[in-house]
Amino acid sequence: MNFGMKTFYNGTSFARSDIPLLDNDSYFQGMVDAIAAGWRACSYFGVPTSDGATLYSIFSARGGSGLLGIAATRVGRSFPSLALACPQLHLFEREIAEQCLVRPEGHPWFKPVRFQKPLIPGDSFWKESDGAGLIPAVMDFYRVEGAEIHEVAVGPVHAGIIEPGHFRFQCHGEEVLHLEIALGFQHRGIERALIGAPSPRTMHQMETIAGDTTVGHGQAYCMNMESLAGIFASPRAETIRGIALELERLANHTGDLGAIAGDVGYLPTASFCGRIRGDFLNMTAALCGSRFGRGLLRPGGTGFDCGSELADELSGRLQTAREDLAGAVGLLWDSPSVMARLEDIGVVSEADARETGLVGPAARACGLNRDIRRDHPYGIFRMSQIPVITASSCDVAARTRLRWLEAERSMAFIDEQVQHLPRGSHRNQMKTLGTNRCAVALTEGWRGEICHVALTDGTGCFERYKIVDPSFHNWNGLGLALRGEQISDFPLCNKSFNLSYCGFDL
Amino acid sequence: MMNCIIHITLALVMPPLLLGVIGKTKAAFAGRVGAPFLQPYFDIYRLLRKGTVFSTTTSWVFRAGPIVALSTTAVAALLVPFGAHPSPISFNGDMILYAYLFALGRFFTMAAALDTGSSFEGMGSAREATYSCLAEPTLFFALITLSRLSSSTTLTGMLSNVSGGAWLYAGASLLLLVGGMFIVLLSENCRIPFDDPNTHLELTMIHEVMVLDHSGPAFALIQYGASMKLFVLGAFFIQLALPFATGNPLADWGVFICSMLLLAIVIGVVESVMARLRLVRVPQLLVAATILAAFSTLLVIR
Repeated sequence: MNFGMKTFYNGTSFARSDIPLLDNDSYFQGMVDAIAAGWRACSYFGVPTSDGATLYSIFSARGGSGLLGIAATRVGRSFPSLALACPQLHLFEREIAEQCLVRPEGHPWFKPVRFQKPLIPGDSFWKESDGAGLIPAVMDFYRVEGAEIHEVAVGPVHAGIIEPGHFRFQCHGEEVLHLEIALGFQHRGIERALIGAPSPRTMHQMETIAGDTTVGHGQAYCMNMESLAGIFASPRAETIRGIALELERLANHTGDLGAIAGDVGYLPTASFCGRIRGDFLNMTAALCGSRFGRGLLRPGGTGFDCGSELADELSGRLQTAREDLAGAVGLLWDSPSVMARLEDIGVVSEADARETGLVGPAARACGLNRDIRRDHPYGIFRMSQIPVITASSCDVAARTRLRWLEAERSMAFIDEQVQHLPRGSHRNQMKTLGTNRCAVALTEGWRGEICHVALTDGTGCFERYKIVDPSFHNWNGLGLALRGEQISDFPLCNKSFNLSYCGFDL
Repeated sequence: MMNCIIHITLALVMPPLLLGVIGKTKAAFAGRVGAPFLQPYFDIYRLLRKGTVFSTTTSWVFRAGPIVALSTTAVAALLVPFGAHPSPISFNGDMILYAYLFALGRFFTMAAALDTGSSFEGMGSAREATYSCLAEPTLFFALITLSRLSSSTTLTGMLSNVSGGAWLYAGASLLLLVGGMFIVLLSENCRIPFDDPNTHLELTMIHEVMVLDHSGPAFALIQYGASMKLFVLGAFFIQLALPFATGNPLADWGVFICSMLLLAIVIGVVESVMARLRLVRVPQLLVAATILAAFSTLLVIR
């Protein structure tokens, strides 16, 4: 069953005329049916038209087939909201309302997403405080009434060195009844800036969507560019990209393990992991000169080659870091006081995770077996697969342990790949982009699924370039994890998700 | 007279050094070089030179908080004997004053926190009030036990009675006391596993969150007062746990200083090998401390 959608594989492009343009009824019914049948929304966005918007939705099939589906429909100034039936769509619908000025009728939680200006001229649905545009986090928050209830507001300025975001807790004593998260402080207008792209600066914009996911977003963009131009990256380039992606995952997972240890006040692991994270970043720097992998991925291949000397050096450094990391993280499992602190905290049930459409480690820690590297393989992962790991306890301990297990698999993967780098060129010449085409690329960044959709116009420029960062799917999971928890456990739950603010805010 | 001067000098000068030793111990466990031993002194000096910001919603209570907290601790320092030397001030029932000087300081710290009207500081005060209520019985059971053992009602009399001999005939009771008092020592001084003095996460803090709004010299007073509290309670504790006396006054001062440094190292080790407790577990541990102390009282009364 494809519910009227066109099905295709990850990293391919097709003519825009191939996208089925359905009438409203069969489109929205098809979406509800597809989600009920286990398909999952990867992206759902609008392209503004003169009298409304064209809505595109991209779904991922249930594991095994590797299929993706796309469909579109034209709507006027409003469209029916499906958020009540399909909670995973709720944020997408708010985003469409904010960007395209079409109202999701019957949306249960109709609030701004990023407090951004719409992509087209016009007044947004929400009151502007002084005519200068919406101000992030200035809105009506969900409130619990009662004499014993108190409200705690945290941020956007935090005590630590982290990005800005506003958290509003409704508390009864130390217990959290509800957490509402307001973001948008980091909105830079990336999607608006990409209309009419690509230009030489586009790759740099992609690398800064979320600075800690440079390779993940860079790879998705490169895949789109290559499929639109009808070229392929060489096997050597794909291997280097895969190594860089796993190094990024290792650096961030290591940093998270250290940060979780630091939050429970367990110093040794916190200190060691802080240092070892630097070791992984330095390996990326050895590849391309940037600790965050900037400049490494380029459409057509990679910006830098990996010679045999460098490959040997990476292999050696990886071996050292692997032993160090195993020792540092092993301390966590051997300390009963640490495990007591992590277990049964911040539980998100598997059903909730499925309903809200969590992705990445946050979903796998809830027992959801989803990983783009296996479900929709791309690049090197078509040849060499990394086993997917899931956990079933759904708590902070599960998210912590999962990070370590994934790090182990990533180290084994890199170790294997650097020793068998394919020969050949590392960069193919780019060609001009096809006109009136649509390209979709999904990658598994270290936070989870990254989805880039490119729609080109008659001149081969982007009419719309839609980016979905994994954080966009997962922030609601953090809110759910806090229900009924102690407010003092919030920082720990937050660290165990470690979501991106700028990736969400775009 | 000489002992009196040494006592006051030590009480004023040595406390931040304990924090430096704890920091260095933790750094050693984490594989780092760590900040210099004198770093806490530099920090206090740095804060003293800064300006202070007072929120317009606060009243005199907010300004009084740090001063009262420091001065009550300083007076308590005069009541407790350091090592084998008697305290400068001693009278019957001074142990009650000793206990409630801390309570007074804590009351003003909490009042100053509530004065800001911040929800964080309100939560911190609520936590502090809960945990200090639970820690207080332990201290009093300890005082009753010691008073019974020594037939004295002065701190000097009670503590100087604890010696190798006392450990021989009331060892079980003293062992229980040492256990209970160590828990109270960590809890009262906001150390791991109860509170993390280094955390920047306002939602998980207990003591640190109450002083979020203090800055500059006022914050320096708070830091200095906190280290002095550790010193004063630590002096009480080591007299229980390590009651060594040589008979030579100068050597006794040396023993006292070494014991205090040893205590700082032990605290540093505990902080390095343990994670923080969940806040809901803290009362359970404090009640356990009370039970330990209550049993020690039971043993000497029977």
